[in-house]
Amino acid sequence: MSDNDVDYIARAGRRAKGKRPDTLHDFNAERTLSILMAVAGEVAVLKERLDTVERLLDDKGTISRADIEAYQATGDAAYERAVATKEYVARIMRGMQQEMEAMQAAPERPTAEISIELKNS
Amino acid sequence: MKQDVPPPYTAVAQHAVFPQPTHDEAARYNFLTAFNKYLSGSIGAGNRIAYDTRVLPAFQADHGRDPQDRFEIRDAMNQDPWHRYWSALKRNSMEMRQQNGRSITLRQIDELSAKVRQYNEGRETLQLDPSLPIPHYMDVVDIHCMPGNYQGEERPGDMSAGANYDSGLFATTAGGLGALSDGGGQALVEWVRKERPDWKPRRILDLGCTVGHNIVPLALAFPDAEVIAIDTGAAVLRYAHARAQSLGATNITFIQMNAEDMSRFPDGHFDWVQTTMYLHELSGKALPKIIAESERVLAPGGLMFHLEQPQYSDDMPLYEQFIRDWDAFNNNEPYWSAMHALDLKQVMEDAGLPRDCQFTARVLAVVDRTIFPAAAEGAEEDHGRAAAWNAYGAWKPEA
Repeated sequence: MSDNDVDYIARAGRRAKGKRPDTLHDFNAERTLSILMAVAGEVAVLKERLDTVERLLDDKGTISRADIEAYQATGDAAYERAVATKEYVARIMRGMQQEMEAMQAAPERPTAEISIELKNS
Repeated sequence: MKQDVPPPYTAVAQHAVFPQPTHDEAARYNFLTAFNKYLSGSIGAGNRIAYDTRVLPAFQADHGRDPQDRFEIRDAMNQDPWHRYWSALKRNSMEMRQQNGRSITLRQIDELSAKVRQYNEGRETLQLDPSLPIPHYMDVVDIHCMPGNYQGEERPGDMSAGANYDSGLFATTAGGLGALSDGGGQALVEWVRKERPDWKPRRILDLGCTVGHNIVPLALAFPDAEVIAIDTGAAVLRYAHARAQSLGATNITFIQMNAEDMSRFPDGHFDWVQTTMYLHELSGKALPKIIAESERVLAPGGLMFHLEQPQYSDDMPLYEQFIRDWDAFNNNEPYWSAMHALDLKQVMEDAGLPRDCQFTARVLAVVDRTIFPAAAEGAEEDHGRAAAWNAYGAWKPEA
């Protein structure tokens, strides 16, 4: 930590000039999504850090914080970590992906309606 | 099955003034890279599906006709819940990228400033002009949701805007621009070497150079050339100069200047005038002025070359025009839409470059393919960010 005069935590999150699109037409949904995506990002960071710890332990049996900071995944390790992150993103985005598939599906009736139909057929 | 995944953020080259990420800051970029790739690749097609299955049929039912332009499609798509949520996710990823880049840069601002100062102090190759007004189009919004734009300063003499910009290019383009985010500049070198193998430009001018990532490869490829790179933002120029020097490109002079008025340079001064992903950040009045000024300072037989995302022609389906417009309205690129609808060939002709000396070319980023991916094109393309461009150029007729 340097003794610089810029409060990097406060300044990092500075708002960009320009009206923000009201994409979801709902303040609460917009703000909750921002929190959720930030938390999703932090979970990905924790997963990657844990992966670093595990790989270093596999390799050396004992590690320091400096080892974690210096670690750079290359080759197979880089690939495996990227696949794990891809899988993680696919998992948290499941709702959007399934709604995309739903748009392509034939029109579907409520299950309650099918339930009655099956009872009587 | 081999998965299509981006390289890790740690594959970026750590030049001498590059902001150093911690383990977790790099991991944050890795998440954003994967997330961006997912939004454009894995589920980007959902926008088209929404359009085909319900937005277009509803529009046709309401209006008794097809949409007439990309704006009607945008208005209709902005009523669709799936597209709205996709847009909200994408907007958040842009904002998160800025916060991470600024956090990395600003927590080490003292160290970075000291390194940059070492390269900059007393150097004639960095010429700033504090009296230069920032043009309206560079100040009306923060482009790419980048707080403070290219000229923002956290304190006098700051360069952090440049450092932040450099640090995040990798994440926004999923590594498509290569280790130094210079795949565009490398592509220019490859293009000119094929096109004119023996050509040696004496003077090269780069307009809107930002952090100089696209001009450094040209300067290194033509070490005997005198290269001038201009921008209106002092903050990015300070960083660009130090970055170029640290990479050995000592033949570039970075000048704070507005390209609308380059009266400092005589007629026919440059053999090559270059812009890379720049024209869309101007305005309707500034763009033709800048093309005209560029033509004036270009020597007979010289090359004018603009690298941009594809223009919207009548041949481009309206839906594609709409999706290519996303950044214009959701990522603070307010001139993007109008610029891409311009007839650039006409603008260049009006500036004095006849049609028969003009050309267009398809240019792909040149990067180390053992580590970095080729840009996805077609259905999986990240429209507006793909590391694949159209070049609009001209060889100025000999006098």
